[in-house]
Amino acid sequence: MTQPRFTAHPPDPTASRAGGPSEPAVQDPPPAAPAPAPLSSDADALMRAQAGDHYAFAQLYALHKRRIYSLCLRMVGNVAEAEDLTQEAFLQLHRKIATFRGDSAFSTWLHRLAINVVLMHLRKKGLSLISLDEAMEPTPEEGPGRSFGAPDLSLAGSIDRLALERAISDLPAGYRLIFVLHDIEGYEHNEIAAMLDCSIGNSKSQLHKARLKLRDAMRTFPRREGRR
Amino acid sequence: MIEYRKVTSCQEFQEHLPELIGSGLDVSGDPHLESCELCKALLSDLETIAAAARELFPVEDPSDRVWEQIKSAIQEEERDPSPR
Repeated sequence: MTQPRFTAHPPDPTASRAGGPSEPAVQDPPPAAPAPAPLSSDADALMRAQAGDHYAFAQLYALHKRRIYSLCLRMVGNVAEAEDLTQEAFLQLHRKIATFRGDSAFSTWLHRLAINVVLMHLRKKGLSLISLDEAMEPTPEEGPGRSFGAPDLSLAGSIDRLALERAISDLPAGYRLIFVLHDIEGYEHNEIAAMLDCSIGNSKSQLHKARLKLRDAMRTFPRREGRR
Repeated sequence: MIEYRKVTSCQEFQEHLPELIGSGLDVSGDPHLESCELCKALLSDLETIAAAARELFPVEDPSDRVWEQIKSAIQEEERDPSPR
């Protein structure tokens, strides 16, 4: 396996807080920009990071940390786990960055790498895809009819972003996984089925049930908030 | 390509929903929807949720602790480059 060749970067006393004077220091990332960085910055940082530039790797972290962390957070619904997974994803990136050949956009490649890190973690925790199959069986509590209600409770035009984020984080793990991958991250059902080793029909069914659960949650949200 | 035929009962309509939402098919002219306000509201809600989810953007940065740990781990791996 080709290891990224990290050469000693000229020490920057204003940026580095790690390592002694005799060892190469991994640079701190520049402050996060609120807006996405131009593509050229990404490409330049990538090229330099592949050549072993610590500061460039720190730049890549600064450019992508928010998206990767948000992905992890939405997939696992827990801040501590999401931070651990973000860390693991960037460590994997550090180990594999030299193998990136540009067959896809770097952000896509990194995104997929992070998803694999999360999926591996969830499998270790015991999220079995069998549980996804079992969840396909309709139950009296989860049939689509349960989500019916008076038309005047329609959500159209009234979705609160924070409420939706909260409802997503409250979804059962299997539902959340497929909803995040499809509706937020934009993967197709065939891609999700391949990632999760389940059928396309299963992916569609899980997504539908996840949306039904979100609908229930979103419709009760204003009432819950109103009791405070 | 999804084969969609117009349906007449709530149950039949709902069974098709996983296939229909996000498929790009226009089901607004389905006769069932014209006569069933509940299914119409359900479809509208699920489409609204799907659309709102597409508009969600990354929410926040990880804590500074994450980068500190990444730095430490990289330095450790450089000191001991055995495969992980």
